[in-house]
Amino acid sequence: MSGVLAILEARDGAWHRTSLETAAAAKKLAAALNAPVSAAVIGEAPSPLGGGPDRVWTVRHDLLLRYTSDAFTAALEQLVHRASPDVVLLPHTYQVRDFAPKLATRFGQTLISDCTGFRVENQAIVFVRQLFQGKLSADVRPSGPGPVFASIQAGSFRAEEAGAGESPIEIFTPELDASTIRTTPGEPFRESARAVDLTAADIIVSVGRGIRERENIAIVEELAQALGAELAASRPICDNGWLPMERQVGSSGQTVAPKLYIAVGISGAIQHLVGMKGSRAIVAINKDPDAPIFEVADYGIAGDLFEVVPALVEAVRKARG
Amino acid sequence: MKIIVCIRQVPVRDSQLRVDPSGAWIDESDLSFEINEPDAYALEEALQLREKHTGEVVILCAGPPRAAQTIREALAKGADRAVHIELDNLHAYDTLALAGVLAAAIRAEQPDLIVTGLQSDDLGYGQTGVVLAELLALPHATIVMQVEKTNTGIRVKRELENGWFQHVEMPLPALLTIQSGINKLRYATLMGIKRARTKEIRPVKPGVAADASRSAIERVYAPQKSKQTQMLDGNPREAAAKLVEKLRFEVRVL
Repeated sequence: MSGVLAILEARDGAWHRTSLETAAAAKKLAAALNAPVSAAVIGEAPSPLGGGPDRVWTVRHDLLLRYTSDAFTAALEQLVHRASPDVVLLPHTYQVRDFAPKLATRFGQTLISDCTGFRVENQAIVFVRQLFQGKLSADVRPSGPGPVFASIQAGSFRAEEAGAGESPIEIFTPELDASTIRTTPGEPFRESARAVDLTAADIIVSVGRGIRERENIAIVEELAQALGAELAASRPICDNGWLPMERQVGSSGQTVAPKLYIAVGISGAIQHLVGMKGSRAIVAINKDPDAPIFEVADYGIAGDLFEVVPALVEAVRKARG
Repeated sequence: MKIIVCIRQVPVRDSQLRVDPSGAWIDESDLSFEINEPDAYALEEALQLREKHTGEVVILCAGPPRAAQTIREALAKGADRAVHIELDNLHAYDTLALAGVLAAAIRAEQPDLIVTGLQSDDLGYGQTGVVLAELLALPHATIVMQVEKTNTGIRVKRELENGWFQHVEMPLPALLTIQSGINKLRYATLMGIKRARTKEIRPVKPGVAADASRSAIERVYAPQKSKQTQMLDGNPREAAAKLVEKLRFEVRVL
């Protein structure tokens, strides 16, 4: 069997969201290549996969019950040999980032990671991905004799597009040796109970690097107060300890979709965008008119936040009476 | 502990980027460059480990002659010496080829630990470290937020998604990719800058050619907008007034 193999992630009895999007991407790519599509998951498939791939492999082994890059790579290496796909697609999750580069290297290939799209020209695939934190896009062409490996960025494909379907399930049992697993993983944990649930907020005012100094955050806080909004931040602000980690929006923080998201001094690196681009309305205030945040914004003000935000506070207060 | 820090030189944040005439890369002529931010955190972590456990911190950097400036800055912060893999066509190396270049240089050094940033701000593949570990047959951990030495090796705290973490233990030698924010970056002192002038930067030729790449950037271009953005112009007061109108009558949140 050749074609497209989607290696997906499931946890706690549910597909990882990006996995469903990747399944949709795999179906689309297989259709463009006029090739079959299959899927694989370590452990059990939680539910039938959208689009009904021609086959779903469930990869089972006691040494795969806890994630280690060594065991996952060895198991999936054997599966890829068995399935011999032309293309392997994976969701660009933190776990995939940990093992997929290693898997591709086993086949002498480069993982084309974090792709936002692709097109097929004369049976050859060209992937689209972002460079310079989203400031530019690039067409990347894979080469080499082995299967093509690529990972798909969250939010790049619509899970619903795959449609419904049922697939025959086949159990694959890899040969694994406990002595080849070099890392000892502990149980996942959270630092503390989350006091702030940003996902419940109707309005979020979020602040980024453009604020320059800790003292200046008060300006944005005032805007949040005027709007009755929750205050949030991009990663660098929390890294600096200017706001607590629990107020961070993005891939390592919370994923939010409020009625209104106002991004102040946030350039819009993809790690931030994946956490907020589902917001119903997005406002961006940034001095750089080419900042990637304007690509997802409904309303933009290209200007100095130190002038725009106080003016906005005043205008909001006036409107609210 | 002998620690190698792999660093990359990238255009400074907020650079105005223009596509070059070839259409396949950016025009680098007017740009300033700096250390890739996550790599700066990897360097700081290496320096702190050396301060706790003694040993040596060696900088490894592949890049054109201009990379020497970034290497010198890393030495000024306290690294002991550096290896500069001299290549002019850095962007022609994909992650597999670049990891091959780094691996060839590292084999001669026999380090206990290799650290690097979790991703680069230019290409953003987020995988050079993992590929490097595979080529060197080392255990690894990615997106690391804390490193402790143990009797048998190291224990690290990895960041998972959505605010989750996990501890992972492994023997040395090993490779770690470091997350931004793991520590507080130091500034170079005047004394450090002075000392850096006499520290060794050993030039080496790349052990792997760019054609070992298994992918190529064909075209670089401005991203397509996913939305029609209404830009609100005028002075700050006018722009703010226009936005409030939109918030009232289109978004309906006021």
